[in-house]
Amino acid sequence: MSRYRAAKIAAEIAVPLAMLAGWQLWTVHASSQFFPRLSTILVEFRDQWLFSQFGTHVVPSLQRIALGFVIGAVAGIALGIPIGLSRWARLWTMPHIEYWRAIPPPALLPISILLLHSIGNVQKVSFIAFFCLFPILLNTIDGVRSIDPTLLETARSYNVPKRERIRRLVLPAASPQIAAGMRTSLSLAVIMMVLTEYFSSTSGIGYVLLISKNTFQFAPMWAAIVLIGVLGYLLNVLFLLVERRVLAWHRGWRAATAG
Amino acid sequence: MLEITGLAKTYGTGDRTIHAIANVSFVVEDGEFVCVVGPSGCGKTTLLKCVAGLLRPTRGEVVLRGRRVTSPPEQMALVFQEYGRSLMPWASVQSNVLLPLRHKKLDRDERSRLVEESLEAVGLTRFASHYPWQLSGGMQQRVAIARALAYQPSILLMDEPFASVDAQTRGDLEDLVLRVRDEYGITILFVTHDIDESVYLADRVVVLTHSPTEVKEIVPVDLERPRDQIATKELPEFVHLRGHVYRLIKREQPAPVEALTTMEDGR
Repeated sequence: MSRYRAAKIAAEIAVPLAMLAGWQLWTVHASSQFFPRLSTILVEFRDQWLFSQFGTHVVPSLQRIALGFVIGAVAGIALGIPIGLSRWARLWTMPHIEYWRAIPPPALLPISILLLHSIGNVQKVSFIAFFCLFPILLNTIDGVRSIDPTLLETARSYNVPKRERIRRLVLPAASPQIAAGMRTSLSLAVIMMVLTEYFSSTSGIGYVLLISKNTFQFAPMWAAIVLIGVLGYLLNVLFLLVERRVLAWHRGWRAATAG
Repeated sequence: MLEITGLAKTYGTGDRTIHAIANVSFVVEDGEFVCVVGPSGCGKTTLLKCVAGLLRPTRGEVVLRGRRVTSPPEQMALVFQEYGRSLMPWASVQSNVLLPLRHKKLDRDERSRLVEESLEAVGLTRFASHYPWQLSGGMQQRVAIARALAYQPSILLMDEPFASVDAQTRGDLEDLVLRVRDEYGITILFVTHDIDESVYLADRVVVLTHSPTEVKEIVPVDLERPRDQIATKELPEFVHLRGHVYRLIKREQPAPVEALTTMEDGR
């Protein structure tokens, strides 16, 4: 087990550090304007993001991610439960869900700007929410369908009212799969944030990325890329921490029923 | 009193019609312990689900205390065979027992008193805040029984509740049910495929034919109560009754080859 731990530390810390060192060595040697030295990028990163531009560009981006993600999640769960519970609802809705989720997000970007008459927060948040919706919706539908019929029959035999059944049985039973969908959507939210801000915006990390590129400032551009990566990584870590707590029963139950 | 009259259940239509239950009638008196046994695949679970109001019979009716059963009645609780699947793995033992009480018009104290009492009745007080999957199979089935008791039914339906626990636990659970029945003064309709179990528990044993199912014979069991796993089963009357029920069911079994295929179909 201690060997596994050592490997884990190497995989999560040592190897990335070595890669960064490699990057630094290579950039010093190559002296290309497109690939600034790592040290330059890190200095840029510190000057810009820790924390002089944090309020003007990182906070708006984070707000958009949070709001878009939450709206997408709430809508996905709220729609997914009735669709998952009813064969007829699935019959009528699934073709539409499959159609809209097959469209690549950039294709809808122009129309979202026209329709919402805005390149402001409304457009950005709705855009993020729209694409966060699908993984959560589809996973909720699947999760609801996978509930054990014996459990529902038990509740029915005790005359548990429908609302209680949904709250106490359906939702918790689907929660592991809902969480899997939310995790996918969270990384999608980061992608959509960058995309909308890069396309049309006056603030945000994506906007900084665009401006730096257009003005040939490659160190700030790389600093923004590093920031986006770090943000995505941290959001995922945060999500896993919460999931671990909320779904502790699921890991225990799976371990108990596996044997 | 629970009256089952002319109950029949068919699935499908036309050429594909399956006659699961042809014609079943019997009565369970208040306070009585009735076991239903039959050859495997004879539609025992279908019968019980019709009685519980979970399935609608094709013909005939179920009447509980003068009221026709069309949906699950308030005074009835059901314990399934698959304890692992009828308990919520995300909820503690306590919350599982609480499930059928949440929508009942009771105040908080009354609710928690019912939960405590029923957990005590099955000897699980210490495990109230455990998750079901942290307990053994027999203990999980006790949680399901506690949940049924907390619901305060006048009649308890049990569908092969001890079929998936080991023999020793099974004996303990049988005695637990007998004890709880005396404490709560509850009527029990108990479906099983285990002939010893049916004779040991019941006041009367309803023996079914194989599908399409009818009542073959109703066997009264006049063994003295309280019953004892060793002493009762050594009584000549017990041995005689067991043999009698066994013969009734054995005569129902089809020829060996056919029996093998129906067994595979049934399970």
